[in-house]
Amino acid sequence: MSTPSSMIAAAIIALLSTTALAETPDQGRPAAPEEIALWDTSIGPDGAGLPPGSGTPQQGEAVYAARCLPCHGEKGAGKPNDQLVGGLGTLAGDQAAVKTVGSFWPYATTLFDYVRRAMPFNAPKSLSDDEVYAVCAYILRLNGIIEERAVMSAQTLPKVQMPNRDGFMPFSRQK
Amino acid sequence: MNRRRSTGSATEAAAGNGLLDRRSLLAAGAGSVGLAGAPSALGAADLSIEPWMREPGSPFTGYGQPSRFESKTVRTSASAPGTTGAGASRTPLQRLNGTITPNGLHFERHHSGIPDIDPDAHRLLIHGLVNRPLLFTLEALARYPMETRIAFIECGGNSGALYQKEAAQLDLQASHGLLSCAEWTGVRLALLLEEAGIEPQARWLLAEGADAAGMSRSVPIKAADEALVALYQNGERVRPSNGYPMRLLLPGYEGNMNVKWLRRIKATEGPTMTKDETSKYTILLPSGKSLQFVFPIETKSVIAYPSPGITLPGAGIYEISGLAWSGYGKISQVEVSADGGKSWAPAALREPVLPKALTRFRLPWRWDGGPAVLQSRATDGSGYVQPTRDALITERGSRATYHFNGITSWAVGEHGEVRHVYA
Ligand code: HEC
Repeated sequence: MSTPSSMIAAAIIALLSTTALAETPDQGRPAAPEEIALWDTSIGPDGAGLPPGSGTPQQGEAVYAARCLPCHGEKGAGKPNDQLVGGLGTLAGDQAAVKTVGSFWPYATTLFDYVRRAMPFNAPKSLSDDEVYAVCAYILRLNGIIEERAVMSAQTLPKVQMPNRDGFMPFSRQK
Repeated sequence: MNRRRSTGSATEAAAGNGLLDRRSLLAAGAGSVGLAGAPSALGAADLSIEPWMREPGSPFTGYGQPSRFESKTVRTSASAPGTTGAGASRTPLQRLNGTITPNGLHFERHHSGIPDIDPDAHRLLIHGLVNRPLLFTLEALARYPMETRIAFIECGGNSGALYQKEAAQLDLQASHGLLSCAEWTGVRLALLLEEAGIEPQARWLLAEGADAAGMSRSVPIKAADEALVALYQNGERVRPSNGYPMRLLLPGYEGNMNVKWLRRIKATEGPTMTKDETSKYTILLPSGKSLQFVFPIETKSVIAYPSPGITLPGAGIYEISGLAWSGYGKISQVEVSADGGKSWAPAALREPVLPKALTRFRLPWRWDGGPAVLQSRATDGSGYVQPTRDALITERGSRATYHFNGITSWAVGEHGEVRHVYA
């Protein structure tokens, strides 16, 4: 049962929208929450949007061996495609910078978001959420960022402290 | 003849090593002042009735193609090992003139190939911090007022190789070819956001593509002021390689943010921190820290003619010509040097000079056959001057990868060969 105040609020919003829309074509159709849920797979750095499920480094090792290794190498060493492990300590100075998930990425949530939408390259969106958690856990473990027995889930993944978390400054033209 | 009169001040030197005044060689008759040396003699035997004048030409075609003699005017591309569509193709800037890139030559950067999107099945979802989440079909968008805008798009990684310590021997296509300019037509994003009713705490928009990589970027909400949901490119539907059936166009912003195959815009409070705004498109400094959210393309220019791979046939008159652009607005001046930056002459800017679009500059030059180092330097409407490469490297080091906008140097050797050098 709606409270009177929320009904009033809804009525005001409806009124505002109709006035605002008077001069615009308004050809979009309202999207239902289930439709949005199906499409909205992006994960914020605070973990907003992470699905239920979980995975461990050990479970992830199997996923990695079956689905990632041919392109990203033994233990994420890279070749033929991106290196996913190592590179710590190479960012400062003039040496070749080895930017990997471990050395460069500021948020572990990005790894989940990206792997779920884009990897494995040859069959994106084919992993279950548990498999994505597990393979992320494995990559984070290989980088020495989480413990062997850590479990990655919607609760734990956003709390992972990435080594380069404070490595970024927003650009401004005026400096 | 008016020979004497037009040679007057118009062909005066404007800067060292043969740069001439930008107004010279433009007046009628001025081109025949004998500066170019003797034109090659054309004997009567060279003039004949050619075969194509002796029979009817080919029939009509549904979609025209360039002359078969222009087969070298093509993009060059490279993809990540083992993949065919995760990489980039480059515009052959050294073979084009004017400022508009033909659709088949617009540069591309794909992360997982070009999706084969059925326009009737495609939807654009606007949601997140909005009062009314909305879904748009292509048909629905076609009923909105449309705007047309000429805008360049440059990949944030264009000319990244010029940060390297050794001057790579690349032609213009390889060094600067992740740059194109087109006339884009579409619906103002701000209008769609207004209909959805953006909530006040929304500061960012996450834009997502419908490709296999689900390419996504966070865009500051102020970018929506100028943004288009572009449906047409140079008059025809946006090409699949550029986001068919719709792409985000953010004039002046680095290419990667102009999300192709646009399917979703989510209003958010903060940036989503996607892979392409953390792992990529950030500028690593010698301190080990990285600059993030480097959105507009900084003011930049480059000489297209002559450029590496081109050999000047001999001493004499040439028109130096190139491109200048700024993600912050209009180009106000381009200067050219033929002596490696010791002296500069203002180039003529060809109209139209539009904000956040490519601008073509030109300047006549009398090459004496000796060594020369050609450079161009652009200034934008705010007074910002394109930096030397040295200044950029001092600030950013050689591992910055993205947003290289330093002055580029082409050395002309004694046989007319042009090479990329650091000067
Ligand atoms: C068929 C080869 C292939 C397979 C299999 C594959 N990848 Fe990738 N991966 C790539 C390519 C190619 C890229 C670069 C894509 C681009 O250019 O945007 C990439 C990029 C990545 C990146 C981003 C690296 C960076 O630093 O930016 C991550 C993380 C990643 N893959 C994880 C995975 C995981 C996890 C799996 C297994 C579930 C996997 N990949 C399977 C080819 C592959």
